[in-house]
Amino acid sequence: MRHEHVITAKGLSRADIETVLDRAAELEAADSRAVELHRGKILALLFFEPSTRTRLSFDAAIKRLGGDAIDMGAVDESSVTKGETLADTVRVIEGYADAIVLRHPSQGAAKMASEFVDVPLLNAGDGAGHHPTQTLLDLYTMRKHVGLDGISVGIMGDLKYGRTVHSLATALTKFDTVQHFISPESLALPANVRYDLHEAGSTVREHRDIEDVLPELDLLYVTRIQRERFPDEREYRDVAGEYGIDAAALERAKEHCKIMHPLPRVDEIDPSVDETNHAVYFEQAHNGIPVRMALLDLLL
Amino acid sequence: MSDDEHEHELLVSKIEDGTVIDHVTGGQALNVLAILGIDGSRGERVSVGINVPSGRLGRKDIVKVEGRELTPAEVDVLSLIAPNATINIIRGYDVIDKHRVERTAVVAGILSCPNPECITNAREPVETRFDVLDDGVRCVYCESIIREGLAEHIEVERPSV
Repeated sequence: MRHEHVITAKGLSRADIETVLDRAAELEAADSRAVELHRGKILALLFFEPSTRTRLSFDAAIKRLGGDAIDMGAVDESSVTKGETLADTVRVIEGYADAIVLRHPSQGAAKMASEFVDVPLLNAGDGAGHHPTQTLLDLYTMRKHVGLDGISVGIMGDLKYGRTVHSLATALTKFDTVQHFISPESLALPANVRYDLHEAGSTVREHRDIEDVLPELDLLYVTRIQRERFPDEREYRDVAGEYGIDAAALERAKEHCKIMHPLPRVDEIDPSVDETNHAVYFEQAHNGIPVRMALLDLLL
Repeated sequence: MSDDEHEHELLVSKIEDGTVIDHVTGGQALNVLAILGIDGSRGERVSVGINVPSGRLGRKDIVKVEGRELTPAEVDVLSLIAPNATINIIRGYDVIDKHRVERTAVVAGILSCPNPECITNAREPVETRFDVLDDGVRCVYCESIIREGLAEHIEVERPSV
């Protein structure tokens, strides 16, 4: 891969994406526990927002590659509380590590931080911006189950603030997919993502009701609608209830239609879906290991 | 003589050396000065006409800066708020060069990002940067698009006129 940094999915070409996914498949097949290609390499984990899956899977990925991770820990235990800028933090940390993984609440934080460092910087989420490494594991999961070309994908939930959605939607424009976006009007795709989709020649097909499009889909990507996006509890409950899925509703879906979710879920995927052949969201989370291993392998 | 030419005569030709920015979108003259960082503090003599009648634009603003020749790199950013502006370089009362502002690809350090969650609005040592689109500008950091009211986002200091 030519890239020093991984900031947005938009910045990755189809060839880049396929390189990562192919390498992930090789590493997964090779029993990832035994691969020690990067002994002695250190990965810095800087998470200015809470994370479970992303942080732990990067930690596990570098360790399985034979390297190790250093972790800034919680923000309230770090120099950030002393008023240090992000620019200074990453400039210091690049002296300690071979690559940096950054999650930050401000949009554009990873882009800015990457301008201050020479080691590869991976964006693990910048506010409501992007989450490109999640997208790579999403694509890896999709490719395994339904392929990435000639498919119809539904993306449902919080499309406005959902960074996994922004990255996935722009990445899918590089493949032969038809995208349907299902959300309440107040959480529809933001103007900048629409702009990117239009620039890429994609049509934005929007729906307010999942019933309108479910039978067409090869894959449904569900995201969590967050309570804090709504002025009151009741409005949140009404909307959240409408943008969920359960096993009964899936009877109208294609038999091979898969359900994905970046997790954590709350109520938007009913546990009744877990035992159906549609559910692949736990496997999706597990795929974070080979995909992040592949990414690190290609960047380090 | 048309109104436009008459105003031109009155407001433009009486400068010995310097730059006349003509055909500025009506009401944008102070923003032009703000973008150019001209506030008179360095002793330049500056004249401003606001909402002057114009045959081409209906009304226009005009800015004269004496003793300073502005380069295309300095003035092209004005295309964001005054796409019809013309730049006249004056030497010895003669117009020795006249051109229109040209669209720039990137605007750095002039506009603030309207997105409060953008990293450029945090206390970080970073200058704002926007890509210029056909119908607006886009923050290269948070990717927010501004399509209207660009002048409201000019973050340079206002001239004290």
